[in-house]
This record gives sequence, structure tokens and C-alpha cells, in this order.
Amino acid sequence: MDKQTPLVDMRDIQISFGGIHAVDHVSVDLHPGEVVGLLGHNGAGKSTLIKILSGAYQADGGEIYINGKKAEIHNPRDARRYNIETIYQTLALADNLDAASNLFLGRELTTPLGTVDDDAMEAETRNIMAKLNPNFQKFSEPVSALSGGQRQSVAIARAVYFDAKILIMDEPTAALGPHETQMVSELIQQLKTQGIGIFLISHDIHDVMELCDRASVMKNGKLVGTVNVDDVTDDDLLSMIILGKKPEGVAVQS
Amino acid sequence: MSSVTDVKDKSPLANLGDSGAYQKLLAFASLIALLIGFSIASPNFMQTSNMIAILQATSVNGVLAVAATLVIITGGIDLSVGTLMTFCAVIAGVALTYLGLPLLFGVIAAIAAGAFCGLCSGTFVAKMKIPPFIATLGMMLILKGLSLVISGTRPIYFNDTPGFDQISRGSLIGEVIPALPIPNGVLILFLVAISASYILSRTVLGRYTFALGSNEEAVRLSGVNTDAWKMRIYALAGGICGIGGILIASRLNSAQPALGLGYELEAIAAVVIGGTSLSGGRGTILGTLIGALIMAVLTNGLRVLSVAQEWQTVVTGAIIILAVYADMVRRKKSG
Ligand SMILES: Nc1ncnc2c1ncn2[C@@H]1O[C@H](COP(=O)(O)OP(=O)(O)OP(=O)(O)O)[C@@H](O)[C@H]1O
Ligand SMILES: [Mg+2]
Repeated sequence: MDKQTPLVDMRDIQISFGGIHAVDHVSVDLHPGEVVGLLGHNGAGKSTLIKILSGAYQADGGEIYINGKKAEIHNPRDARRYNIETIYQTLALADNLDAASNLFLGRELTTPLGTVDDDAMEAETRNIMAKLNPNFQKFSEPVSALSGGQRQSVAIARAVYFDAKILIMDEPTAALGPHETQMVSELIQQLKTQGIGIFLISHDIHDVMELCDRASVMKNGKLVGTVNVDDVTDDDLLSMIILGKKPEGVAVQS
Repeated sequence: MSSVTDVKDKSPLANLGDSGAYQKLLAFASLIALLIGFSIASPNFMQTSNMIAILQATSVNGVLAVAATLVIITGGIDLSVGTLMTFCAVIAGVALTYLGLPLLFGVIAAIAAGAFCGLCSGTFVAKMKIPPFIATLGMMLILKGLSLVISGTRPIYFNDTPGFDQISRGSLIGEVIPALPIPNGVLILFLVAISASYILSRTVLGRYTFALGSNEEAVRLSGVNTDAWKMRIYALAGGICGIGGILIASRLNSAQPALGLGYELEAIAAVVIGGTSLSGGRGTILGTLIGALIMAVLTNGLRVLSVAQEWQTVVTGAIIILAVYADMVRRKKSG
């Protein structure tokens, strides 16, 4: 890669849960306008790694640099201050609230009187949903009444609404239909051109080959390596994921 | 009562209430059925003086139930509302009778004491991560003990504070419309209920109350300082219990330090009957008001029919189980 300062540089990150090394001395980085895929088997530690960046967990060791400066991320509020937005694998929605209340959770629009401005929030939600998922109509139901894909749309809308500079997408299309998945792919391309850096966790090798610039593969909490997607084949990636084997004759960072 | 619904209806969150609309309707129908049943069973029941007694009882229990509703919507529980009410009454007694402060100071002292104790409970729950059931159980006992210690286990009378008993017992409405001598306590309950309903539907605090009860981790991941907001909600509930303390002290014209235990169960019963889910995330103040009325009518009606006090307790327990069961069935249906 070029020598410009990375947008995000996670160095030597480690965390363990009661003896299990969920993330074991992993380093990954991300440049502006770049999509980096995070791959690995179930339980490899992908979600845990990005949750350290999003402030959901605190690392036991390692450092995070943002734009070359050491970042102190102790909770999700800190992460938001660095314009890090996250689509969690679990979506992290408050089930009894409607789509607009979820989209603006923690950043409510208020009237001059200080009360919540539900009309404005709903209007904004309708706007963004029209771009993301035009079929979405359930604006007044609590999100518990939505389908899995509709819920995922709400979580995606929340992450892209607030001018993220760093976007974390943990299996963002797992519950989406083919058309909606296509729209998310287009969204990712568009965000890329705006200079946003994206960590994309996915199990779909095709998606990764199509959308990502680089891919970092994890296995059992350790980083197998990071490769330029253009340099490798699907099979190379698969053997990295399954066997933890680095492809031969290809530049691999680790 | 219509104004309470109005506030709710304007809110896009009104559907939160709708999920419990069926339960509210059921509760309202039960209330009417109870009223009719008791009137047939005893000619004394429908008399004005008895109706006023019911409303008086509703005002105290209703205010406590409103406080309990806020905490229960966050997914917590507050077992200390009854003894906190008594503690605040005792504090009012200390301020007014022992220190001879003006009436307004007594009221403020009681509400402030309530809010402070609520903040303590909130701190135990949010910061120390003690389960709400245990934290408020401990608080319940602490406050019961403190009330007895501060008062020297004797009632504190408010005879030196003219007008104190009128806070609850007087009737502003009755002065205007003599045929409707609705006690001020009821008026205060409605003010408290309307305010609480407004806070729940229109403010950020209300939004987080529902959100915390829905999925606390999601709220935290959304960048909300969940601990701080939870503490605020418990403090608000505590302040409302302070108002309950003023109401009961005014009604009895004394602070009775031994009183208070058992009120928390009646309050929680009212909340649950009103359709607020014990698992958090949904509930309405209007439902709680109906629930409080049902509890008061039931207690009063059984007394009018000369059913022994012991049996009233049995009935209360049975009702709590039934109401919670109804909530479980409802939630299973709505997924
Ligand atoms: N809060 C937690 N407490 C205990 N163990 C955890 C916790 N979070 C994750 N783990 C463990 O850490 C390991 C990595 O989990 P993680 O969720 O990061 O996997 P993943 O790569 O995202 O997998 P998947 O593809 O299934 O989403 C697993 O063994 C998991 O059991
Ligand atoms: Mg995961």
C-alpha cells in the first residue's frame, strides 16, 4: 500500500474472555476510501475486534491510531466522537421503539422547547429510507414488528445517516434479500468515493472479492494475514480462512 | 383523564400504549364491573363519602404507582416506594414540626429527600450493578429503619402547620362546584400523572426510559450514557414518592413512621394491572391510573362488605399473579 497515514491503525490488539483469547495480537489498518474485508470462521474474533474499535469492548492490550494520532476509545460515546459508526451483527436496536427513534437513539432531534421532535425525526428517517430501501414503509411500528431484513435496513440507515468517516459493517447483508443486498453494495461503492473507510465483515467470498480492496483473515483470534484482493483468488482466501495458510507468491502483510 | 390520553395520543410512540391497549380496556371493564358489583352487594358503597374515601386512597397509591411505572418501564423494579413515601413524610414532619419551617419548605424537603433516595437506589443499580430487586429491597429496609430512628418511633403531628391537612383533604373543585367535592389529593395525582405522561412521551428522558427497558446494551452502543440516565429516572421516581409522602402525611395530618410496608406491592399491582410489562420497555401512565383505581375500589369494596383484612391481602396477591400472567400471555402472542 501507499505510505499515506492510515485512517485507522489498530496495532497489536488483544482481548480475552476468561482465558479465551478472542483477539490475540491482531493488527489491521484502513485507509480513507478503502474497504477492508474481515474474514474468518465463526468465532474467529472478527466481531470482537471491531467492537474494540467501536468502543463496545475495551482491549486488554494494543493501541488504536486514528489519522496517525493515538485514540482513546473507552466507550461507544468516544467512538462516535471519532465519527466511527457501526452496524452491529446483533443490530443493537431497541425493540419497542419505532424506526425513527432507533435511528436517532442517543442523538435525538429536539424542538426549541427541548422536547423530542418526532415529526422531524420521522421525516428524516423517511428520507434516508427512500434511498436505502424504498420498499420500507413501517415507520410507526416498533421495530420488533419488522422483518429481519427491515430491521437490518434500520441499523444500516442509522450508521450512514450521521456522516461517518469510519464505518464498521458486521455482516450487514446477512438478512437482506438480493435486491436490498445489491443496494447495500451500491451504497458501499458510493461511500468509498466520499473517502469513507469501511471495515466489512462478511462470510460471502464473492461480496468480498467484489467490494473490498484488501482482506484481513482471522483464525482462532489470530491474524492469518492481509492481502490485496486483486492479488488472490477465491480459493486463496478460502484456504486462508479454513487452513490458516498464506497464499504463495503473494505479498501478505501480517 | 382525557388530557392524560391526549398527551399520549400526540406521540408517535402511542403505539407503545396500543400494545397494551387490550389490557387497558380489560382493566377498565374490570373497574366498571367491580363498581357495579359492589354497588349491588352493598348500598353503602356508592355513597359520596365512600367514593371520596376511594379517591383519597387512589391518590396516594396512584402517585406511588406512577413512580413505580417509570422504574418498571426501564426494566427495573422499585420495592422502596412505600417506605420512601413514609420517610419523606417524616422528613416533612422534621422540617415543619421540629424545625418550624414554613409549609413550602416542608414540601420541598420531602420531595428533595425522595429524589435523593431515588438517586441512591439508581446509583446502586446503575453504577454498582446491583439487581434492582435487591437494591431497592435494601433501600426499603434502610428507609423503614431511618423513619423510625428519626421520628423516635412516634408519629409526628402537623397541628402547628395550619393548612397542611388541606393539601390532600381540601377540595378546590368542591369550592367551585359544591356537588363535586373531589379532594385535592386526586387533583395532585392527576397533575403528577399528566406530567409523567408528558415526560415519557415527549422528552429524551422518557425516550431513554422505554429504550433502556427494550435493550439496554443497544442504548449503550448508541452512545447513550445509560448509567447517568438510569440514575436520573430513579431520582425522578423518588421525587414523585416524595409527593406521595406529602399526600399521606396531609391526609393523616401526621407522619406515621411505622406505615409504608405493603404500599409497594399495591403500587406494583396497579402498574401491572394497567398493562405495563414487568419485563420493561412498555407501559402507560393512563393504564397505571386505572390500575390504581381498581386496587382502591377492591380494597374499599371488600372492607365495605366486611371481608377480613387478611383476605384482602390474599386477594391482592392473587391479582398480582393474574395480571403478570396476562402480561406473559400477551407478550407471547405479540412475539
Ligand atoms: N462477551 C463475550 N464473553 C465471552 N466470550 C466472548 C464474548 N464475545 C465473544 N466471545 C468469544 O470470543 C470468540 C470470538 O467471537 P466473535 O463474536 O468475535 O466471533 P466472530 O468472528 O464474529 O464470529 P461469527 O462469524 O460467528 O460472527 C468466540 O469464541 C466467542 O465465544
Ligand atoms: Mg461476528
